[in-house]
Amino acid sequence: MLYREVGEFKTSYSEDSQTFPIRFDKYRYFFVLIVGLLFVPFVINDYWAGAVLLPFLIYSIAAIGLNILTGYCGQVSLGTGGFMAVGAYASYKLMTAFPDLNILFIIIISGFVTAIVGTLFGLPSLRIKGFYLAVATLAAQFFLIWLFNKVGWFYNYSASGMITSPSRSLGTFLITGPDATPAAQYLFCFLFVFLLAWVARNLTRGKIGRSWMAIRDMDIAAEIIGVNPLVAKLSAFAISSFYVGVAGALFFSVYLGAVEVTEAFSIQKSFIVLFMVIIGGLGSIFGSFAGAAFMVLLPVALKNLLVLQFGWPVDIAAHLEFIIIGGLIVFFLIVEPHGLAQLWNLLKQKLRLWPFPY
Amino acid sequence: MRDANKTIKGTMRNVPIMEIKNIVLRFGGVVAIQDISFDIFEGEIRAIIGPNGAGKSSMLNVINGFYHPQDGEVWFRGKKRAAMKPYQIAHQGIARTFQNIALFKGMTALDNIMTGRFTHMRKGIWSQIIWRGAASQEEYENREIVEKVIDFLEIQHIRKTPVGALPYGLQKRVELGRALAAEPQLLLLDEPMAGMNVEEKEDMSRYILDVNSEFGTTVALIEHDMGVVMDISDRVVVMDYGKKIGDGSPDEVRNNQAVIDAYLGISEK
Repeated sequence: MLYREVGEFKTSYSEDSQTFPIRFDKYRYFFVLIVGLLFVPFVINDYWAGAVLLPFLIYSIAAIGLNILTGYCGQVSLGTGGFMAVGAYASYKLMTAFPDLNILFIIIISGFVTAIVGTLFGLPSLRIKGFYLAVATLAAQFFLIWLFNKVGWFYNYSASGMITSPSRSLGTFLITGPDATPAAQYLFCFLFVFLLAWVARNLTRGKIGRSWMAIRDMDIAAEIIGVNPLVAKLSAFAISSFYVGVAGALFFSVYLGAVEVTEAFSIQKSFIVLFMVIIGGLGSIFGSFAGAAFMVLLPVALKNLLVLQFGWPVDIAAHLEFIIIGGLIVFFLIVEPHGLAQLWNLLKQKLRLWPFPY
Repeated sequence: MRDANKTIKGTMRNVPIMEIKNIVLRFGGVVAIQDISFDIFEGEIRAIIGPNGAGKSSMLNVINGFYHPQDGEVWFRGKKRAAMKPYQIAHQGIARTFQNIALFKGMTALDNIMTGRFTHMRKGIWSQIIWRGAASQEEYENREIVEKVIDFLEIQHIRKTPVGALPYGLQKRVELGRALAAEPQLLLLDEPMAGMNVEEKEDMSRYILDVNSEFGTTVALIEHDMGVVMDISDRVVVMDYGKKIGDGSPDEVRNNQAVIDAYLGISEK
């Protein structure tokens, strides 16, 4: 009833290529923005920020980043955890080396540093594809973690080998460090998510995005219409790594505050982000959000349900959680290999005719 | 066949747009192309025919840079062409379609054809990040040209359909659209009518003729349907076992003994 295209006529190409072509979608988008900006910061507490909102926002950035590389450009990467670590350590080194540098710039520069590293590890993609490229990026993952563990310079030779984020503020609001308020941290991450999602949408709708998708779908034909595969693949690696690096920097400095590299950025991280992208939907920015929400919210929801409602022992609940999440992933891949984004599209198709599917 | 038509319009100027000179292409011990030379005039429809395995597709691959010949030269617009990558050749104004459809399956027909405009879009990454202004402006200008191509090929109704879901004939048409959107000076078609029924072949022939006469695009095509080849092409090159065995107007080629032998075999006597 509400959700329909009827009566919405597009009379220009700019109207035809809108991100939210249907009015209802646009209202929903603004509704989410307003709730996210004006409502959530006032009710947020430590639990919601720590368990749900911050990880969701930060993983969304990482998922968008990996989606650009894997979903749009078709280059499989298992190095996400390693690249997040690059972002985290870059932000740590910047924060400790330049105490006066604004945290905003620190996060962005960390992204650029990761982009350079990602581009370097993207070089093999010019020669190898598919599984073989996945193995090459896996090497990046292990190499980077080993490097951050081994070379003392990266963790400023601290005795524990951990890196701890010093207090930094944006204006009068503390963003990092133990005294930072959840609301400020939330808004800081929200800002990044909003900007980066917007940039990702702009990049994927235009010339660059089409060149990535062309490489993904048929690299020979892409070359024949003038796409330089070197530029397309490496730009995907660079931009994807930028996103992942920003996510890693936020993950360390804002969310965790203190990080031990083998724990926080292990191969597990790479897989979690890859699951998000696959479950959410390859080649869809909405899918990145949906996948991140699924992977972050489901464990929390299950724990609340099993432990707090049913009163089950924590260890049984934790193991059951693995089983259920694993099962759901398999279920989703069978039912809808194109992910939650595709399910969402199907729902929208159905809604267009609801309640009279004549 | 269409020479009379053409001289009236004055599109055929007998100026070679491309000259192939003594091309030799070997894969290990196999000689795919053996010392072949021919030229393509500006504004003509040039057919390359020959039995299977004659080296026709290899010839197209040489022209657009997938294969680098061991010997010989390719001259484009009066200049000898250095060894180039396929994407560089695309920027010179040569577009092509493939024997087995090579569309971007995950993208809509519109996006596929928009991708064909790649060589004409110059805005850098920063203006694309901002989108509003320069990049969107460029996008909509190119969209306008793409819409003309869509109108021309009569595929308005499938604009937003993912091409993987389209029937074969329409996919072929979208692929032609992608090549046309690049506004090429030389259009290479590798078996544009393979696997089509008579009606679809007629449609495709009409599109090729219209592209040639309306936009003045030079067309080089490989095709197995002799009826089509003889009807629409201005000149024909015949290849067999990597060698050129005939070259000339459709009538000349039809009466060429070597060509008849290659297609029908030589009798024992």
